[in-house]
Order: sequence, then C-alpha cells, then structure tokens
Amino acid sequence: MEQFIQQCVNALQWGSFYALIALGYTLVYGVLRLINFAHGDIFMVGAYIAFFVSTTFLAPDGLFGFSREMTLILTIPLTVILTSCVGVTIERIAYRPLRRRGAHRLYVVITALMCGLVLENGNLALLGASRRTLPELIDKQVYKFGEIAVTNLKLWVIFAAFLVFIALHLVVTKTRIGMAMRAVSWDRFALPLMGIPLDKVIVFTFVLGSGIAGLGGMLFGMSYPVLEPYMGAMTGWKAFIAAVVGGIGDIRGAFAGGFLLAFVEIMVAAFLPSTFRDLFAFSILLIILWKRPTGIFGLPLTTKI
Amino acid sequence: MQPRTSDFTSSLSSIAQSAQRRTLNFVFLLAALALILAVHYDFLDDYIMTILMLMGINIIFAASLNLVNGYMGEFSCGHAGFMCVGAYVGSIVSLGFFTGRFFGASFFPPEFAPFLFPVVLLAATLVSAVFGLIVALPSFHTRDDYLAIITIAANFIIISIVVNIDAIGGSRGLQGMKRTMNAMRQVLDIPWMLVWVVICTVLCITVLYRLMTSTYGKGISAVCQNEVAAEIMGVNTNRVKTMAFMVSSGLAGLAGALYAHVYGYINATNFDILKSTEGLVMVYLGGMGSLSGVILAAIGFTLLVEMLRFILPAMNDFLHAFSLLPADYSLNQVWKWVIIPLILILLMQFRPEGFLGNKELTHVFPRLKRWIYFK
Repeated sequence: MEQFIQQCVNALQWGSFYALIALGYTLVYGVLRLINFAHGDIFMVGAYIAFFVSTTFLAPDGLFGFSREMTLILTIPLTVILTSCVGVTIERIAYRPLRRRGAHRLYVVITALMCGLVLENGNLALLGASRRTLPELIDKQVYKFGEIAVTNLKLWVIFAAFLVFIALHLVVTKTRIGMAMRAVSWDRFALPLMGIPLDKVIVFTFVLGSGIAGLGGMLFGMSYPVLEPYMGAMTGWKAFIAAVVGGIGDIRGAFAGGFLLAFVEIMVAAFLPSTFRDLFAFSILLIILWKRPTGIFGLPLTTKI
Repeated sequence: MQPRTSDFTSSLSSIAQSAQRRTLNFVFLLAALALILAVHYDFLDDYIMTILMLMGINIIFAASLNLVNGYMGEFSCGHAGFMCVGAYVGSIVSLGFFTGRFFGASFFPPEFAPFLFPVVLLAATLVSAVFGLIVALPSFHTRDDYLAIITIAANFIIISIVVNIDAIGGSRGLQGMKRTMNAMRQVLDIPWMLVWVVICTVLCITVLYRLMTSTYGKGISAVCQNEVAAEIMGVNTNRVKTMAFMVSSGLAGLAGALYAHVYGYINATNFDILKSTEGLVMVYLGGMGSLSGVILAAIGFTLLVEMLRFILPAMNDFLHAFSLLPADYSLNQVWKWVIIPLILILLMQFRPEGFLGNKELTHVFPRLKRWIYFK
C-alpha cells in the first residue's frame, strides 16, 4: 500500500511535466487547429535556457555571481521569457507564412515536425552530445510521512503545475485576450472583421504555450538534472498523447490527461519491465484515436460537406 | 496487291515505332546489366555498390510512401515502422532457413539460398502488409493530422515491440544475414544483392504504375480528390484505403528486407522517425503523386546524403582555414540531420507540391513518350 501511494506521488510529479507540456499543445491546437509538433523540443530548449541562464548567474568569477536564491528568482522569469521568444520565432518564421498563404494543414504539420527535428539536432550539433546538469538551486529536503518520502522539489513541481493550470484557465475564460483566443478557434475568418488582431492573438497563444513549456523544462531540469538534446522528443510525444487523451483543444482535458497518462506509465513501470512503458502509452493513443478521437473532454467536431 | 504492301509497310512502321518506344527500356536494361557486370568484374568498389543498392532501397521506400502520401493524399509519417517489420521478418526467415537460428537446425542447405531468397522477400512483404492494417483500420474514421499521429504511434509501437522481444536481439539488434548472402555467392559468384535490389526496384515501380493506371488506382485518386464524393460515386473507400495502405506497407517491408540483407545488421532504432522523415523528404522533394519524380528524388537524395559525408568535413576544414569557426568546434555529421529537415521546411514554404508536383516526367517532356514504353 505504501508503495502504491509512493508511486502515486511519483505519478503526480511525472504527470505535472506532461500536463505542463500538454497545455501548450492544447492551447495552440485549440486556437489554430495546428498540432505544434515542435512543442516537445521547445520544452527541451527551455531546460537548456534554464541551464545557461543559471550557470551564467551562478558563476562565482563571472559578471553576476549571484546567490542561489537570487538565481532561482531570476532564472524562472528569464527562462519563461526566452523560451516564449523561441516559440514565437518559430511561429513567425515557419508557420505564419504558410498560414497567410492558406496552405493545406498537412504542410504546416510537416513544417512543425521538421522544426522539432531542426531544434533537437541543431542543439546536438552545436552543443555536442555531452550531458549537462542544471546546478542545484534549492536544497533538497525529504519529508517523511510514514513510509512515503516526498522531496520539497516534488511538491513544488506539483504545486507549480496546478498554479499554472488555474492561472491559464482564468486567462482563457475571464480576460479579454482569452475571449479573443476562444473567438479565433470559433471562427478565424470572421475575426478580423470584428476588429480583433488575429496575429497578435496567435502570438499571445504561442507566448503562453512556450512559456509554460519553458517553465516545465526548467522544473524537469531541476528534478532530473540530466539535460540532453533528445529529452524533449519522447516527453513531447507523451505529452501530446496526454493532450489527445484528455481531448485536444480543451485545457482541463490536457491537464487531466497528463496525470492520467503518467499514472498509467508509472504503474506499468512499477509492475512490468520499464521498456513496456512506451508500448502502453502509444497503444493507448492508438486505441483512443480509433475509438473515441475526441478524447475525454472533447466534443465531436462536425465537418460540413 | 496494293493494300497488302501498305499493310506490310504499316506493320513494319508500327514495329519500328514500338521498337523506338522501347529504346529507353532497353537502355535501362543494358545499364542495369552493365552495372552488375561492372560490379562483378570489380570496376566499381564496394562503397559505390552499397550506395547503388541503397538507392534502389530508397526508391522502393519512397515510391511506396508516395502511394499513400501522394496518390491517396493521406499523411503517413511512420512509414519506417513497416520497413522495420519487413527487415526483421526477412532476417528471421532468412536466418531460420539457412543458419539454424530460431528453428533449431537450418531448414535448407545453403545451396538453396538463391532460389529461396524470393521466399524471404515475399514473407517480409506479406507480413508488413498485414501490419499495414494497424494504420488502415483507423483510417476509415480519421483523416489528416489525426491519421498522421496514428502512423507515428504505429511506428513507435512497432519499434518498442521489437525492442522488447529478446529472442530477436531486442535493443542489441540482429545480425548474421551476411551468411545468406555468402551462401548465395557459393552457388554462383555474382553480386546477388545488387541483382535482387534491381529486380525488386523494377518490380515495385511496375506494380505501382500498374496499380495507379488500373480501376483501383482511379479509386485511390478519387479518395484523394474528395472522399465523400468518391463514396457517393460508388468507390468503396474503405476497401481502396485498406488496399493502398497494405500495398504501401508491404513494399516498405520489401525495402526493409533488402536493407537488412545489404547491411547484414539491423537495429530497431534504424527505423525510427528519422528514417520516416527521410521518406517524407524524398516524396515531397520529388513531387506528391509523381512516380518518376519520386524515383529521381530518391536517387538525388541518396547522393546528397552520401555527399554530405564528404562535404561536411570539407566545409569544416574550409571554415577553419579562414577561422570562421571557433577552434574547439568542428562541424560533425549531425548537421546532416539539421540540413535535411531544413530542406523540407524550405520546400514547404516555397514549393509544397515538390519539384515535379503531381506530374510525371513524360508530362513535362512529352517527347519522352516516344522513347519509353511502360504498361
């Protein structure tokens, strides 16, 4: 029983990462009907940005030489901002020209896939295959509840995921820009007629999605301090599965799907050889897409003929 | 007597015409024979031979992907998964037949190798065609990006199944297929793999061409144009889709079996999403729905990839000579995987339909029709 609860806590942490990435997938899909396959690699870029920013700040003989607390406080916003810059850059360079031309969505999907490959392989080519570790920014403390051990970092990760989710939900449902985002997904062509700047809304969506992914990357780097260029690929795919499981385009769905998928994965890894994890995750995806493509929360979309 | 002579001359001229129309076929045949002879008498070294074989394999792989992505307008981006199935099935059958792995003692003496190798290829083709159903069945309900996800998931699933079966090597890979080739060489000393690759490539092109000019092929084009309208006009879209996916994945499996025997070693990670991307690049480079375009693109792409092997170190030296690069940094082969996706991104931006774009070479150069006969 203790082991089960321990695994549940692990699943909560693992699910937080999935949820943070899945939120970005679902935001972009909800607004643009585009599967942004480069998103997993933006998560990776976020982790690397966090690494570079924090090492620059921490370097004792460097320009700054800040303390660890100061570094942590500065690294979080900087990572989020820089990562969202990367996301917006991809949108500007790759997606927007295609959208302007009204290209078939398959072309956009291919572009997205290729952008992801360019990011991960470009990173590998530029920085080399050596693995990097994020410097420890907070002291690890282990809280014991009977047999169950929880580190403070785990709690922070779970807390951050919930916080981001609530904030995002409020932004989408309560603010003017959130209303504009929902309007884009409702009818993209009538939108400019209503005086809503389409491109600004889309850029804002990418800022939100990439920023959240950057935060996720940083938290991931703090929890599992090994950074490598392909870390975003598999995690990104899994997060995408999570978004589809929950019903892509729906924020609650992405969040719930992330935890659900993590729960299944952790349980599979706990009771079966861990190499079966991917097999289960992708089989779930296949079955869901086959039987109920709209996911848990999604509504069926009718196509007019 | 007058009509008879005119009959005679007209038949003569028609013979001459049909002979003329077969010119390029003969040229290709002679070229293939010359190639095999050149390799046999060591005019070409092993490296060039490997590239040539890789070219043939890429042609099969890309042309089979073109059936789904080009002609049918679906978007399959996990095509390498089927190649993986074909490679493993082909290797298992070949190892089981001739080396005594898997089935205890070897089934057949090595002298049978040249005659039973087609069985190996056929088994690989059929099994991967059955695996194509993984994608074909969901494609009844979904299209576009969701189908793309299904194909990618299929690719990952196949790879992780293979990695998890320890009997076929798991993540260590599978090797020993060279022995089948050596067995074939003992019977008759010709470059067997090149012969098989050439035969399979021609077979694949013929099958695809015949398929696309048949009634079924028109059905495939109809599904591409408008699925609902095709359904209304009496095309059994589910059947057409199933067939197209199965033929496509079967041919990919054929490419995989050849690949396994050319290299003598396979690993599931050889057939991951990067391999699928190679296929996509070839299809979209050549032109969706253009058989000749895809063949040319496969040839060009193989050459490009092999040339990058030399260009990148040369670039490295060049840039270092002018100290445009930091001294402790050198351009490595990973850049290949930056350049190839970049090609595709640029292609999508500027010419998404590919170089030939839905046209055959004979449409672009109508005079070619006089010289080539293809039916």
